[in-house]
Amino acid sequence: MVPTLIGRIQTRLFLLATVGVVITALIVPVLPGLTGPLSQDYLTGFSVLAAVAVLGVLWELLYHFLMQFRWEKDWPTLFGLLTLVPEGLLLLFLLRSGAIGSVIDPVPPASAFWTQFVVVWICVWLVANGPMRVPFIRWRFRGGRVL
Amino acid sequence: MATPHTPPAAGDLTPELLGAPEWSDRMVAAAGIPMYDIPFLTLGGGIGSFVTLDYLRVYGVPTSQMRVVSNIDHPWQTYEFLTRCSQIPRPERIRSDSSSRPDNLWGFPSYALEEAWKEKNPAYLLQIATEPILNDYWTPRAGTVFENLEREAKRIAYWDMLVKGQVRMVRRRSGGGYFTVVTPPEGTAQTKRIVFRSRFVHIALGYPGLKFLPDLQEFRQKYGDYQHVVNAYEPHEQVYEFLKTRPGTVVVRGGGIVASRVLQRLFDDREKFRLQTQIVHIFRTFVTGSHGPSLRNRRKGGDGWAYQGFNYPKSVWGGQLKAEMRRLEGPERAQKYKEMGGTNTPFRRRWQEQMRAGREGGYYHAVQGTVERVEPAADGRMMSYVRSKDGTVREPVSDYIIDCTGLEADIAEHRVFADLLRHGGAYRNPVGRLEVERHFEIKGTASGDGALYASGSATLGGYFPGVDTFLGLQIAAQEIADDLARRGFCRRMGPLRSTSQWFKWALNKPV
Ligand SMILES: Cc1cc2nc3c(=O)[nH]c(=O)nc-3n(C[C@H](O)[C@H](O)[C@H](O)COP(=O)(O)OP(=O)(O)OC[C@H]3O[C@@H](n4cnc5c(N)ncnc54)[C@H](O)[C@@H]3O)c2cc1C
Repeated sequence: MVPTLIGRIQTRLFLLATVGVVITALIVPVLPGLTGPLSQDYLTGFSVLAAVAVLGVLWELLYHFLMQFRWEKDWPTLFGLLTLVPEGLLLLFLLRSGAIGSVIDPVPPASAFWTQFVVVWICVWLVANGPMRVPFIRWRFRGGRVL
Repeated sequence: MATPHTPPAAGDLTPELLGAPEWSDRMVAAAGIPMYDIPFLTLGGGIGSFVTLDYLRVYGVPTSQMRVVSNIDHPWQTYEFLTRCSQIPRPERIRSDSSSRPDNLWGFPSYALEEAWKEKNPAYLLQIATEPILNDYWTPRAGTVFENLEREAKRIAYWDMLVKGQVRMVRRRSGGGYFTVVTPPEGTAQTKRIVFRSRFVHIALGYPGLKFLPDLQEFRQKYGDYQHVVNAYEPHEQVYEFLKTRPGTVVVRGGGIVASRVLQRLFDDREKFRLQTQIVHIFRTFVTGSHGPSLRNRRKGGDGWAYQGFNYPKSVWGGQLKAEMRRLEGPERAQKYKEMGGTNTPFRRRWQEQMRAGREGGYYHAVQGTVERVEPAADGRMMSYVRSKDGTVREPVSDYIIDCTGLEADIAEHRVFADLLRHGGAYRNPVGRLEVERHFEIKGTASGDGALYASGSATLGGYFPGVDTFLGLQIAAQEIADDLARRGFCRRMGPLRSTSQWFKWALNKPV
């Protein structure tokens, strides 16, 4: 799928709300370094997921801008994977610095954060690069728009 | 005394029919042409017809409701002929990408996954994940495409729908729908023509014809030599065979992917058989570097070529450029086509390597120039008069000239399109081909509750540029299938039905 701006945002939100939610639900009980009661851990896990979605919309604006410098106006598969690095670092920094620490409290330890973040990211990336086309036959021709 | 008047044999076109833009059932019956009813008819029987039938079969339309009229036996026949001539035999890789799968409307699993699995080669997966940044685009073998097309054709019962014949014309029917006149193969029908009466017709006749460069055409006709001046789209093995027997010089003309292929063959043979072949490559437009209207719109290029993975920028098939083009009309659209079109070829590391070796070894000479004429040289070979922009005139003498420009003929060279432009209400788009709607209905041809659609190269210049590609033909097929669903011909495809149909595809179960 080669995205348009609105398609990027919709795809991100849709996949985080589906794949992201399922993976988070499965992974939270086994995340390393979480010590609270399970309900507390779930709250943390889903808050992190929500933060990826909200911040993600801003990131997508940046990606869209950068894409304009590409002749093909495309977004190679590899970019979709590697952008996890800056996104993860920024989010962790924001959590640690307390900028969004008041919303997500307690802040998960780095090990729990990275495990959840990377697993969710890779699953979303894999689904976006293939299986998504099975139920949604028009999605790839509409720049990633789900609606 | 009146001149003797022989009435046309019953079952043939009459002057009355030929002259009338719209026919009634009575007129056709009066001409004695047998008439068959079929709700949906697709004409051509190549890749475009195939993917359209594939969509509709998957959407749930039974074979009894559809027919395909074609002069070929299997949908990939013309494509295979053209690719083979232009040096892509089955084991070689084609141009389009891994998820352009004419045999699978979901594009999943992609060809890369399939080949990686079958050949137990995970390197393909690494390539697909890192293309085009760290690697060339991964593209499938021609053979992979043909084998899968055959599998899918069987699965959707393609051959139950095939009617062999030559399409002569499509005319509107009073009361709605269309008549399609077909000349069946000799001896297979009682009459010279048969007619199909349909509510919906889809035209996918491929290329109206391939055109030769005018100076080469002139040489061929003037000297009756069809052996030494060849088009890359026609069989030309004799060139490569000759070069194996003695050292020779070949002039290659054109800067597109076909030129790349022909060069590869020449270089490969040179290496494999230790030949002395000299290659003169003439580019009319010689690209020396990145080029484009603005900083944000620059295409890579160099050594004569414009580099691009596919024949248009990738986002034409689904991203930003697709969305942008969909909104453009008239001159604005034509302008956009100019900006992103033009002859180009993919940047492939192997080709780069071969050309570099050729330049260094002094056997590959790329030049800019316009060929003014070609004449026999004193030694029986051929001399090209090439004038460059800087005024230099070169006169390379060669044993063979291979025209790789792949010029397409005007649509009116094809009888069916000529008839549509003349009698059917169709007209030309800003690029000179058939103007179609966003859903690929040919503008100006509506007839009652029927619709006439077209896809493929004849529709280039419309709201969607990638028409003459597998993925483009599928995009058109989806638009058409969805339009047919709106008109009540079939059910629209939602996520659940799509998923269940995908499983049938995966298990190779009938739709
Ligand atoms: C050398 C080459 C390589 C290409 N490589 C790629 C690639 O890698 N990827 C990609 O996506 N696209 C590629 N294309 C472009 C395009 O996808 C193919 O050409 C494709 O076959 C086009 O499908 P079509 O249905 O429009 O035409 P065709 O497949 O050519 O089918 C049209 C058929 O209509 C038949 N026909 C014409 N007139 C009549 C008539 N009056 N009555 C009955 N039948 C008639 C013709 O015989 C023909 O078989 C390539 C094209 C060429 C020439």
